[in-house]
Amino acid sequence: MVPLEQEFTITAYTENHVGLLHRLTIIFTKRKINIESLTTSESEMEGVHRFTIAVTETEEVIQKVVKQIEKQVEVLKAGYYKREEVVQQELALYKIPTESLTNSLEVELIVREHNARFLTIEKDFVVIEKAGYRRETVALFEDLQPYGINEFVRSGRIAVARQEYGLGKQVKELLGEEVDG
Amino acid sequence: MGTVDTLNQTTTQTTSTERVTGADAVVRILLEEGVDMLFGYPGGAIMPVYDSLYDYREQIHHVLARHEQGASHAAQGYARASGKVGVCLATSGPGATNLITGLADAQIDSTPLVCITGQVPSGLLGSDAFQETDVIGISMPVTKWNYQVTRAEEIPEALAKAFYLARSGRPGPVLVDITKDAQFEEFDFEYKKCTSIRSYVEKPALDLAKVEEAAELINNAKRPYVLFGQGVILAHAEKEFKAFIEKTGIPSAWTIMGLSALETDHPLNVGMLGMHGNYGPNLLTNECDILIAIGMRFDDRVTGNLSKYAKQAKVIHMEIDPAEIDKNVKTDVAVLGDAKESLQELIKRVKPNSHEEWLQRFRDCDKQEHEKVIQDELYPTSDILSMGEVIRLINENTGGDHILVTDVGQHQMVACRYSKFTQSKSNITSGGLGTMGFGLPAGLGAALGAPDRTVIAVVGDGGFQMTLQELATIYQTKAKVKVLLLNNEFLGMVRQWQQLFFDKRYSATEMINPDFQQMVKGFYIPTNKVTKREELEAAVKEFIEFDGAYFLEVMVGKENNVFPMVPSGSGVAEIRLE
Ligand SMILES: Cc1ncc(C[n+]2csc(CCOP(=O)(O)OP(=O)(O)O)c2C)c(N)n1
Repeated sequence: MVPLEQEFTITAYTENHVGLLHRLTIIFTKRKINIESLTTSESEMEGVHRFTIAVTETEEVIQKVVKQIEKQVEVLKAGYYKREEVVQQELALYKIPTESLTNSLEVELIVREHNARFLTIEKDFVVIEKAGYRRETVALFEDLQPYGINEFVRSGRIAVARQEYGLGKQVKELLGEEVDG
Repeated sequence: MGTVDTLNQTTTQTTSTERVTGADAVVRILLEEGVDMLFGYPGGAIMPVYDSLYDYREQIHHVLARHEQGASHAAQGYARASGKVGVCLATSGPGATNLITGLADAQIDSTPLVCITGQVPSGLLGSDAFQETDVIGISMPVTKWNYQVTRAEEIPEALAKAFYLARSGRPGPVLVDITKDAQFEEFDFEYKKCTSIRSYVEKPALDLAKVEEAAELINNAKRPYVLFGQGVILAHAEKEFKAFIEKTGIPSAWTIMGLSALETDHPLNVGMLGMHGNYGPNLLTNECDILIAIGMRFDDRVTGNLSKYAKQAKVIHMEIDPAEIDKNVKTDVAVLGDAKESLQELIKRVKPNSHEEWLQRFRDCDKQEHEKVIQDELYPTSDILSMGEVIRLINENTGGDHILVTDVGQHQMVACRYSKFTQSKSNITSGGLGTMGFGLPAGLGAALGAPDRTVIAVVGDGGFQMTLQELATIYQTKAKVKVLLLNNEFLGMVRQWQQLFFDKRYSATEMINPDFQQMVKGFYIPTNKVTKREELEAAVKEFIEFDGAYFLEVMVGKENNVFPMVPSGSGVAEIRLE
């Protein structure tokens, strides 16, 4: 039986330390695992950073990878979620020529249907913003493509756990902070 | 200040504030951490630290290796023999990159090392300055932790963390890279030792429920079997380990890194695991009902083909590093924590037992192995000298209280298989990385780290030539290391594989060697060479008894092989006796 590859979101709460990003990516490089997206930012706790890493792999490999991540000196806590265990979003920006707006109402309709919005309208170009699942940002891309997309960018996945508290609660306990609620 | 986190540390010691340079601070910290010997090589970017060392030359002995790789292996040997942290010093660029092999070796074998490297001035970082390399980037995959210091005031915390991390939990190598300007810069020096870091778990808390579970399995086992590794030695758990196996009567086999944790002649010591391990320990892995792994990590050299490894057994894994659990072998009961504490609790819960019949199985295998392999290796009947008989004579002449340091190859396997030890921390070898060139410098470090013991470095003609310049360091330091060269004029281990698996196509394994006797004389080290059996016994005796460094070369069978062998890709039960 070949173990099933599926989508996982790995979360790590860490100290803010120069070079930690490199240390974490080495864990993936060593095993030749492709990182689909990686975002890092401040977490809900001051001074504590959070990595969100999206990969498609077997659960067995993900378990080993997470242990290796947690083993790094500056990592406070690491864990992983399956697709159905997280609420996740990506942000996409689309730059298209302004003339595609002036010629018809179609683009405006598309933007409205997709629950996207205009971020800015300049003389030569407009920028549209859309937050959503990967399939939603891709769908908008496809609809806008006939009007000419000058530039397109999508953020990495960000995700929170589908439960009252995620890993962050354990981190707070670890740091001896009050957990409210 | 920087990103070294002040919050993370507990104060245990404070020296009063004083204005000093970064370089001076480095040396004062070494003293505070109990360092009295370090291994290194100077150069432009580390010169300020070397200049400070001159002021403290009475307190800290600096060993000038002849290559930074030699310095790092020597520091490893020193650490393993003494139980202290090994310290290395090197300059930026080529100095630092030469350390990398030693770091990789120390990382995989959990040896505590602190390496301090000089770096170009911070203003030049990233400019491809003279002798600039991204040492942090390069060393990251082979260190437990590393950090670049660009301001003098970061030095105390960075080094405090470095020493703490190197020696605590599962030990390992760390590296602190210090820019030259930070070494010159003056600051208000104050030192606090580090005793904890909030994001770092030194050792997992022992879960008594798991110990209960393990004890229950052990108490009901018919054919329990213990595999022990270096974790027993690193946790100082030798006494507890012995008490545990004696109470339960469980046969126990060692990984090459666990060798000497239990005396060789102990009735429950059934031998060596792995590719060139003993017959019974490999074969019976696939017959035990409970496999108890203590402080070992199921390296593929031990397990062979995982899909044919101990499938019938329930596995108990006692281990300090959670990332090792289920990494290679699926565990039924994981007892996380320090081996000493875990064993103390386990002993209380296991019932006295003896497994005579089961133990007899090991003895029967041993008998077969003796007839097929060991007898002829230790007492050969042909005129050709064997590696095994040399090691036998060493045992007979030392009584087993020596430290054995080995390089990598056939001689390593033979030396580890046949050496007899009476005390712990007696076997120093490159287990995980298999680094040729390790033996000579590690032997030097071991001799300096354990000056009261007889240190024998066994090397092959291949590996010896990788780091033989350290003979000069041996001469300069007067380290009493005895170097035994088992010369087969081949890269023996590779030649063996070529013979067995590549149709005897000896591609690039024959060595036309220099006159080692002449060469070693050039390093002012007494030497001897043996080519005939009649000369061997007296030569070994003199080698052991000589007070000081000594070099003995023995010409051994060119095409002798090491058996038994678990061919790579095979299961442990497919071990070949010939
Ligand atoms: C740095 C390094 N290069 C290559 C190897 C591969 N290798 C393993 S054993 C061996 C042969 C060792 O020959 P020698 O030192 O003469 O020892 P012998 O096997 O003959 O005892 C080689 C080349 C290695 N382990 N390390």
